[in-house]
Amino acid sequence: MANTKDPFEFQEFEEAESLLEETRDATTINIDDVNEFRKQRRPGRDEVEEDLLANDDKAELLSGQKKNAPFWSFDYYQKFFDVDTYQVRSRIIGSVLPWRGKNFIELYVRRNPDLYGPFWICATLVFAIAICGNLSKFLVNLGSPNYKYTAEFGKVTIAATAIYSYAWLVPLALWGFLLWRNSKVMNLVTYSFMEIVCAYGYSLSIYIPAVVLWIIPSEGLRWFSVVLALCLSGSVLLLTFWPAIKDDHIRVSIAFMSAIVVLNVLLAVGFKAYFFSSESPHQQTNSSSVVTLVQSKPHT
Amino acid sequence: MAEADGSSRAFLGLSDVSISEDIPVEGDISMPPTSSSQDDGFSTLDEPVKDTVLRDLKAVGNKFVHVLYPKKSKALLRDWDLWGPLLLCVTLALLLQGGSVDSKDDGGPQFAEVFVIIWFGSLIITLNSKLLGGTISFFQSLCVLGYCIMPLTVAMVVCRIVLLGGSGTVSFVVRLVVVCASFGWSTFASTAFLADSQPQNRKALVVYPVFLFYFVIGWMILTFAPAQ
Repeated sequence: MANTKDPFEFQEFEEAESLLEETRDATTINIDDVNEFRKQRRPGRDEVEEDLLANDDKAELLSGQKKNAPFWSFDYYQKFFDVDTYQVRSRIIGSVLPWRGKNFIELYVRRNPDLYGPFWICATLVFAIAICGNLSKFLVNLGSPNYKYTAEFGKVTIAATAIYSYAWLVPLALWGFLLWRNSKVMNLVTYSFMEIVCAYGYSLSIYIPAVVLWIIPSEGLRWFSVVLALCLSGSVLLLTFWPAIKDDHIRVSIAFMSAIVVLNVLLAVGFKAYFFSSESPHQQTNSSSVVTLVQSKPHT
Repeated sequence: MAEADGSSRAFLGLSDVSISEDIPVEGDISMPPTSSSQDDGFSTLDEPVKDTVLRDLKAVGNKFVHVLYPKKSKALLRDWDLWGPLLLCVTLALLLQGGSVDSKDDGGPQFAEVFVIIWFGSLIITLNSKLLGGTISFFQSLCVLGYCIMPLTVAMVVCRIVLLGGSGTVSFVVRLVVVCASFGWSTFASTAFLADSQPQNRKALVVYPVFLFYFVIGWMILTFAPAQ
């Protein structure tokens, strides 16, 4: 295209298209062309780069923002609160209805363990136990002249410690144990720590109506509801954890299962004994009359 | 010359891309004269202290009125402050003192326990709503939850007055009604402000902890038994 004219001379330039037509093999860049280029390459798909890019996008979309955030960041915990109301409701119902062959974790929790349920069920249970224990003590002692009502607020702390350690330490122990056994015996089913916490947290939900029932100061009703709650939650837990341990040595399996059951029983009976002790008013008046007798002695 | 030709042939296409030289580039790097000077035009150092204090008090009082007549207002959310919640929390904790102070039985909650429950509870609820994907900011949520304790504080005052008259069954029934009404009012007021910031299918998950929080505070108020 060498114009032999003087390059410093003023020249009129023609329109761009006519210039381009002159030199068709010139490299021109046009935004629309780039899109055409990409569209043409996609059906081909042999370039590794293109594949990687597409896979990255697809992976981002499919995994639903399961980013690998470090555990001290807010985003890490956000993925444990990715539940809707109906999911929480169905998990609570599923945790109290043991169905043979159906595994709580497999059915409800798989791949989406949440921390909402365990945390708020434990919080509700703490306050339910403190309040209902207080109410039941009030009702048991109603009519007795020496009883002075106190709110017993210190029991909330005790209840909170007991419940939260049950809901966190026991799953930790179970998970550690399962991890150790997995290194020795190949198990088909493995549960992550969050899934076990989820199972235990939701299994405590049956105790909330049970605790409300315990307000009524009838021993028979109380023991009946304790046994019922134990059976329901215990059986759900057993059905959940059996697949994780059944491939193991028979003694280990039995020990594991009985540990779960024993801990559950201890929790329920401990609550009943500590918070809902049913001393009759008759016994209380006896003890207080002994106290007044001792106090009056120095006067005589 | 041949090399120049060859190289110029390689760069042949580039010379076709024309950069028009007739659009001058010019501008002004200096910042526009500060329009922000209008905002803090009256810096709080120049005005009498009375004005500063009154302005804040007016803002706090305005929010109290919003809680009394809860409608979805943006003013409460936009200009958050924590003076009101602090005032309410301290008042409530002080009124819950002076209960039955038997040294052997544990009575009502201590001052520190009330404080911790209110602030820690608000914090946990705020974290919960943010983790569930809420759009409300951290301090705005604390502000709303704190201000909505006001009906319960009013109920506490009423309960103490009722208890001055005696602590029989009638007074218990009156106190129960008052506490229930104020608990419902508090929950309703705070959900009116908070529920909008949540996606539709998670509203119940956010409202339930608020319900539990005010229920526990209501329980503390109801079981207050004065020293005899």
